[in-house]
Amino acid sequence: MTTADPTRTAAGPAPAARRTAGDRRAILADRVEKVLTHVLILVGVLLSVFPFYWLAVMSTSTTGEIFGYPPRLWPSDSLVTNLQNLFSSVDILGALLNTIIVSTLCAVLVMFFDSLAAFAFAKYDFPGRNVLFVLMLATFLIPGSLSLVPSFMLMSSIGWVGTLQALIVPGAANAFGIFLLRQMAAGSIPHELVESARIDGAGFFTTYWRIGVPMMRGGLAFLGIFTFITAWNDYVWPLIVLVNPGRQTLQTALQNLNSLYLTDYGMVMAGALVSVLPLIGVFIIGSRHFIANIAAGALKG
Amino acid sequence: MSATTPIAPSAAGARRTDAAVPRSHEKGWRALRAHWPQYLAISPFYVLFLVFGLFPILFSIVLSFTNWDGMGKIEFAGLAQYAYLIQDSRFWNAVGNTFIIWLLSTVPMLALALGIAFLLHQNIRLRGIYRVAFFLPNVTSMVAMAIVFGSVFSDSFGLVNSALTAIGADSIPWLSSSWGIKVTIAVMVIWRFTGYNAIIYLAGLQSIPTDLYDAAKMDGASTWQIFTRVTVPMLRPVILFTVITSTVGGLSLFTEPQVLLGNEGGVGEAGMTIVLYQYNQAFTQFDFGYGSAIAWALFVMASIFAIINWRLLSERDRTPRAARRSKGARS
Repeated sequence: MTTADPTRTAAGPAPAARRTAGDRRAILADRVEKVLTHVLILVGVLLSVFPFYWLAVMSTSTTGEIFGYPPRLWPSDSLVTNLQNLFSSVDILGALLNTIIVSTLCAVLVMFFDSLAAFAFAKYDFPGRNVLFVLMLATFLIPGSLSLVPSFMLMSSIGWVGTLQALIVPGAANAFGIFLLRQMAAGSIPHELVESARIDGAGFFTTYWRIGVPMMRGGLAFLGIFTFITAWNDYVWPLIVLVNPGRQTLQTALQNLNSLYLTDYGMVMAGALVSVLPLIGVFIIGSRHFIANIAAGALKG
Repeated sequence: MSATTPIAPSAAGARRTDAAVPRSHEKGWRALRAHWPQYLAISPFYVLFLVFGLFPILFSIVLSFTNWDGMGKIEFAGLAQYAYLIQDSRFWNAVGNTFIIWLLSTVPMLALALGIAFLLHQNIRLRGIYRVAFFLPNVTSMVAMAIVFGSVFSDSFGLVNSALTAIGADSIPWLSSSWGIKVTIAVMVIWRFTGYNAIIYLAGLQSIPTDLYDAAKMDGASTWQIFTRVTVPMLRPVILFTVITSTVGGLSLFTEPQVLLGNEGGVGEAGMTIVLYQYNQAFTQFDFGYGSAIAWALFVMASIFAIINWRLLSERDRTPRAARRSKGARS
C-alpha cells in the first residue's frame, strides 16, 4: 500500500499529461482533417464552376482579348457589343422563345399525363394492370439513338419536319415520370382517402384532381423541373428534325452560330451565355428538390 | 374532368357483379368497362409509345436490310449493309474511339465521384451549397459548354496551353492529335458527370447505418481503412448502377465530339464516335439503310456490354466479400 502510493502519484500525473498531449494531438489531427476536407472539396467546386466563370469572362471580352497572350483572367467590358452582334447575326430571341415554348409544354404535358397514369397505377386495381406496368418499364431499356432514322422519316411523312410539335408530342408522356410518381403515390396517398372519395360519389378524374394531384405535388415539381431542363438541353433530335434555319431552338441556333461565325469568338460566347443562364436560374430555384429526387431515383433503381 | 356521373354506375356495376357472380368472360368484360377511366388515364403513354417508339424501331429493322437515300424507291438489300459494316474500317475506328473515350472518362470519373461523396459525407458546413456547385455541370447545355471547352483546350490560344507555356512546358495539340482529342472529350464527360455520380454515391453513403462506422472507429480503423473496408463494399449496388448508366451514356456519346470537332470527328476521325458516325451516315450522307444498321450494331454491343458489366460486378460482389469475411475470421 505504502509503496503503491508513490507509484500511483508518480504514475498518476504522467498518463494525465500524456492524455492531454494525446488529446491535443487528436484535436489537431481532427482540425487538419477538417481543413483538408474543405480544401479538397473547394478544389473540386472550383473545377466544377470554373468553365462557367470562363464563359462569363469570354462573353465579356473582344475576340482580340480572347486570343491574346497572356490570357486575360477576369471579365472585360464588351458584353453589350457581343450581345448586339449576336442579336444582329442570328435570331437568338426567336430561338429562345421556341426553346421556352418547347420546354414549358413538354414539362406541363409530362406532368399531366404522367401523374394521371401514375395515380391510376398506384391506387386502382384493374385487369392487366401489372402486365401493362411491366411493359411500360421494359421500354426504359430501349436506347433513344436506335430510332433516330425512322423517327425522322415518320415526322417527314406526317409533315412535322421543321415544326415544334415534333419536339413536344413524342415525349408528352414517359415511363420515367410515371414510374417515379407511381412509387411516390403508392406510398404517400392513403387508400382510405381514395375510397372515401369514391363512396362520396367522386369519379376517377375528380379524385385524381382533388386528392391525387395535391398529394403528388413534391414529385410533380421535380418531374416538371427535370423535364424542362432535359427539353431545354436536348440537342440530337432538334438538330435532325429542325431543318428550317428560321425555326431553331437555342441549342441548334448556338451550333449554327459556332460553325458559321467561328472568327467572332466573343459573340459566340455571348450566345452560349444566353443559352446557359436561364437554365442555371431554374436549377438553382429547384435545386433542393431536384438533387434529392435524382439521388432517390438512383437508389431505387 | 366531369367524370363524376359515369364512375358512380361503374362502381355500382362492380358491386353488382360481386353479388351475382356471373360467368368469367362476362365478369372480365364488366371489369374492363368499369375501369374505363383508368385505361383512359394510362393510355397516352402507350399510344405515344406505339406511334413514336415501337413503330419507328420496327421500321428501322426493316430499313437496315435496305438501300435508301430517303427520296427514291426503297431497295431490299438483304444483309449487304451488315456485310459492309463488318469490314468498314471507319465504323471500327468509331467503335474503338468510343470505347477508349469511355474508359478514359469512366474510371477517373467514378473514382473522383466516390472521393467527393466521401468528403461531402463528413459532417461539414456548407454541404448544401457544395452539392449544388457539383451538380451544376450536369444540368447545363452541353452545346454551350463544348464551345467553352473547345476554347479552353484550343491549340493556339487555349487556357491550358497558355498555362503549360507559362510554366515552361511544351504546349499539347489537344484538338489536332489523336490522343489530345480523346482526352479533351473525356475531360468534358468527367466534368459533366462527376458531380452527378457523387450525389448518387452520397445518397448511398447516407443510407449506410452509422453504427457500422462507429464500430470501425471503435476498433481503431483509420479514415482510409473505413473507406476501403466499409464504405466501398456497402456501396456496391450503387456503384453497379453508376457503371451501367455511365456505359449507356458513354456508348451514346454524340454532342461533345459533334460540337467540338464537327460531323467528321476531327483530324483522322480521332473523335468519331458510334452515334456520330450513325448521324454522319444517315443525315449528312443520307444513307438511311446503313444508318439503321449502325444503330442496331450499337444496340447489340450495348446489350452485351451491359450484361458483361452486370456479371463482373455481381460476381466480384460475391467473391471478395466472402474472402474478406474469411480473412476477418482468421485475424
